[in-house]
Amino acid sequence: MKFTRNLTIGQYIHKDSFIHKLDPRIKLITALLLIIVIFLINTWNGFFVIGLYLFLSITISKINPKHVLLGIKPLLFIIIITLLLHLFTTKGEVIFTLWILEITKEGLLRGLFIATRLFLLILSTSWLTLTTSPIALTDGIERILLVFRIIKIPIPAHEIAMMMTIALRFIPTLMEETEKIIKAQIARGADFESGSIINRIKSMIPIIIPLFINAFHRADELAVAMEARCYRGGEGRTHYRELSIKATDQIFFFITLILILLVVFF
Amino acid sequence: MIRFINVTHAYHNEREESTISLSDINININTGDFIAVIGANGSGKSTFARHMNGLLLPSKGNVIVDGNNTNDSDKLWEIRKKVGMVFQNPDNQLVATTIEDDIAFGMENIGIEESEMKKRVEWALNLVGMHDLRNKEPHLLSGGQKQKVVIAGALAMHTSYLVLDEPTSMLDPKGRKEILETIKKLNREEHITIIYITHFMSEAAEFDKIIVLDNGKIALTGAPKSVFLHYDKLKELNLELPQITMLAKLLNDNGLDISPNILNEKEMIEELCSLI
Amino acid sequence: MFIDLRNVSYTYNLNMPFETEVLKSINLSINEGEFIGIIGHTGCGKTTLLQLLNGLLEPTNGKILIDGIDIHKDKNKLREVRKNIGLSFQYPENQLFEETIFKEIAFGPKNMGIKGDSLIDNVKKAMKMVDLDYSIYKERSPFNLSGGEMRRVAIASILAIDPEVIILDEPTASLDPQTRNRILRLIKDIFKRYSKTIVLVSHNMEVIAELAQRIIVMDKGRIVLDNSPKNIFRNNVTSLEQIGLAIPQITSMMHKLRKMGKPIKPDVLTLEEAKNEILKIVKKK
Repeated sequence: MKFTRNLTIGQYIHKDSFIHKLDPRIKLITALLLIIVIFLINTWNGFFVIGLYLFLSITISKINPKHVLLGIKPLLFIIIITLLLHLFTTKGEVIFTLWILEITKEGLLRGLFIATRLFLLILSTSWLTLTTSPIALTDGIERILLVFRIIKIPIPAHEIAMMMTIALRFIPTLMEETEKIIKAQIARGADFESGSIINRIKSMIPIIIPLFINAFHRADELAVAMEARCYRGGEGRTHYRELSIKATDQIFFFITLILILLVVFF
Repeated sequence: MIRFINVTHAYHNEREESTISLSDINININTGDFIAVIGANGSGKSTFARHMNGLLLPSKGNVIVDGNNTNDSDKLWEIRKKVGMVFQNPDNQLVATTIEDDIAFGMENIGIEESEMKKRVEWALNLVGMHDLRNKEPHLLSGGQKQKVVIAGALAMHTSYLVLDEPTSMLDPKGRKEILETIKKLNREEHITIIYITHFMSEAAEFDKIIVLDNGKIALTGAPKSVFLHYDKLKELNLELPQITMLAKLLNDNGLDISPNILNEKEMIEELCSLI
Repeated sequence: MFIDLRNVSYTYNLNMPFETEVLKSINLSINEGEFIGIIGHTGCGKTTLLQLLNGLLEPTNGKILIDGIDIHKDKNKLREVRKNIGLSFQYPENQLFEETIFKEIAFGPKNMGIKGDSLIDNVKKAMKMVDLDYSIYKERSPFNLSGGEMRRVAIASILAIDPEVIILDEPTASLDPQTRNRILRLIKDIFKRYSKTIVLVSHNMEVIAELAQRIIVMDKGRIVLDNSPKNIFRNNVTSLEQIGLAIPQITSMMHKLRKMGKPIKPDVLTLEEAKNEILKIVKKK
C-alpha cells in the first residue's frame, strides 16, 4: 500500500540535460547500435572507447552515478557468476588454487573481458531508461515500428505501444492490489513460507487467482471507458507529444555513428 | 437535447433468457439541465446512462442526441464526443502514465491536432483545478483527483453532456464533495448538462431535477421538493429520504407547522426558528 | 480478551528515502465486548492501526499486548492472534478465489487447523451470521453472486475462524443503501447475539454513530478523541469540524440551533431523538 506510493514507473529520473532532450528514437537506435557493437568488440581498446562514451553521456545527463549503479545492482550477481564461471573453468596457466578449483591466467583475462562486456551492455540499457521517460520510450518504439509499415511488413505498432503504456500505467496499481490480497490471505491464516516446494507453490493460488480476476475486471472496465472516449485503434490517431528530429539529434547521432564505425573497423 | 423515444432494452444472457432492463422510456434531457437519476439496485439506472452515448443500443425505440440517432453507427463517434461518461471506479478509466497524457487520450482518438490539444489540456486542467498535478502518475492521486482527471478528459473533447454513473460511490467524503462541487461549477459556468446517477437520496437532493427509476420504468420525475412529497411511493421503491427531509416529515406528521419536503439543514433551521 | 497498545508508532519504509511516520504514539485499550467505531480521513492511519491490531504489522516503537503478553515476542503467539482477531479488509470480495462458497469460507478455519465436522459447523454458523442459506449457497461459485452477496461471503470467511474480536474495515463501502442497511443489521445482530468484540472503521459518521458505543477519532496518525457518541456530539462537534469530519446532518442542525440560543439538546443521534426533542421544545412554547 505505502511502499508503492513513491515508486515511479520505470527507472526514469527527470533532469534538464541535453541527453534527456534528445529524440527517443535516436536514443533507442543508439542503444541498439551500442548493444550490437558491444557484442562485436574483441579488443580492450574497443571496450575502453565505448565505456568512455557511456561515461561521458551519463555525465552530460546530470544523473547521479549512484543512481546508475543502483540500477545495475540487481544484475550484478549475473556479472559475478559469469566472471566466476570463466575464472574456474578455463584451461591454461594456473596462477592460483582454491581447494579443487584452479584459477588460470587465461580464465582471469577471459572472465574479466566477458564481465566487462556484460557490464557495458547493462550500462547501455540503463543509460536509455534513465534518461527517457516511459511515454517517450513507447512513443519512440511506436514510431520506429511504424517504419515497418512503409516497407510493407504489417506490425501493429500502435497496438504494441498502447499495450506498453497501459501495462506501465497499471504496474504500480496491480502491485498495490497484490500487497492487499497477500495481507488479506495472511489474515485468514495463509502461510507462504513453510512446507515443501509444492506446498509453497500451491499456497500462491489464493493470491494468483484473485489477482488475475482483478486484472481482467479492470481490463473490462478500461475497455468500456476507452470506447466511451472514442478509441477505435490506431487509425486516424494524432499524438499529443509530437516527436521531431532536430539538428542536435542529428549531430549527436552522427558523432555516435562515427565512433561506432571507428570501433568496429579498428 | 437527448431524447429517449419509446426506449426498451432487453439483456440476453448465454442461456437465451432475456431480462427487460428498460421499459418504454420516454423523456427529454435539455441542454443545461442538472439532473440526478436515482433508483434501487436493478432499477436500470446504469443501463439508462449507457444508452446516452450508444454504449448500449435500444432493443426498441430510439435515442437521439442533438439530432443524431445512436443506432446510426456513422454518427456514433460524433455522439461520444458530445456525451462524455464518468464511471464508478476511478482507476479503471485512466489509461496513460501521466495526467496530462490521459486528458489528451480522447483528443488523440478523434484526431485533434497537436497545438489544439495542448490548449485544451491546459483549459481542462484549470477547470478541474488540477493544473499543479499535470505531470503526476495516476496511482499517486486520491480517488477524487482521479475522477477529476476523467472529467477533464471529457471536457477536453468539448463534451456538452456529462453522464456520471455513481462516480462517488468509491470515494471518501472529501472526494465526494470535490466531485459534486466540480460538476456544479461546470453546469453553472460552462453550461455543461449534467446527468448524475446515484443511489443516495441525499446527493439527489442537490440537483435541479430528479428522475426516479423503478424496474426499468420512470416512476417519478420533478424537482426534489416535489419528488420528496411522494414518501410512500419512494418507500415502496426502497428509497429513503435524506435524514433532514425524513425529520421534517416526521415533525409534520406530528402536527408541526413545517414543510414535509425540506431539502437541507439551512431550510430546516429557518423553519424551526420561527417555531421555537 | 484485552488488547492494549502502548505508545505504538509505525513508520513505513523505515530508513529508506521515502520514510513516513504513519502512526504516532498510540495508546489504546480495547476491552472484551466493546463495539468500537474508528473514524478519520483517508491517510489518518486507521488502516495501519487495524493491521497492527491483528499482528500483520509490527510496531516500529511501542508494544502491543494481548491479555498482557507482547505478541511480537513469540512467533506462536502471533499465529494465535490471527485465530482470535479476525480482520476483514476493505472490499473483501477481492480476496475470493475458491471454486465453491463452502471452500471459500472454510479456507480460514482450515488454515487454523480446524477439520471435519467442526469445520462444517464453523462454515454453517458463519453463513447463518451473514444470512446466507447453507444448502442453497454452499456449492455455488463465489463469483456467481451479486455484489452484496459476495461481500457477505467474504465477511463470513472471516467469521468462520470464530474470532473473539472482529475488525471490519469499511464493510459497507460502495454498497447501495438497501444492501448497506442489511449488512449493518447483520453486524448489530452478530454483536448482540454472539457477544463478540467489534471494531468498525468507516468514513461515514452516521454509520458509526448508529452502531458504536465508543468512537475513536483519528487525525494525522494520532487519536484525537476517544469517547461515547453522546459525549462527542455534545462537546466536541467543533473539533470534528476542524478536522473536516462531517457529522450527521441532524446532529449538525441541532448544534446550529443551540448556537443560535435555542434551548435545545444538541447530542441527538437518531431521527426519533431529534423528533422528540424538537416536539418537546415546541410544546413548551
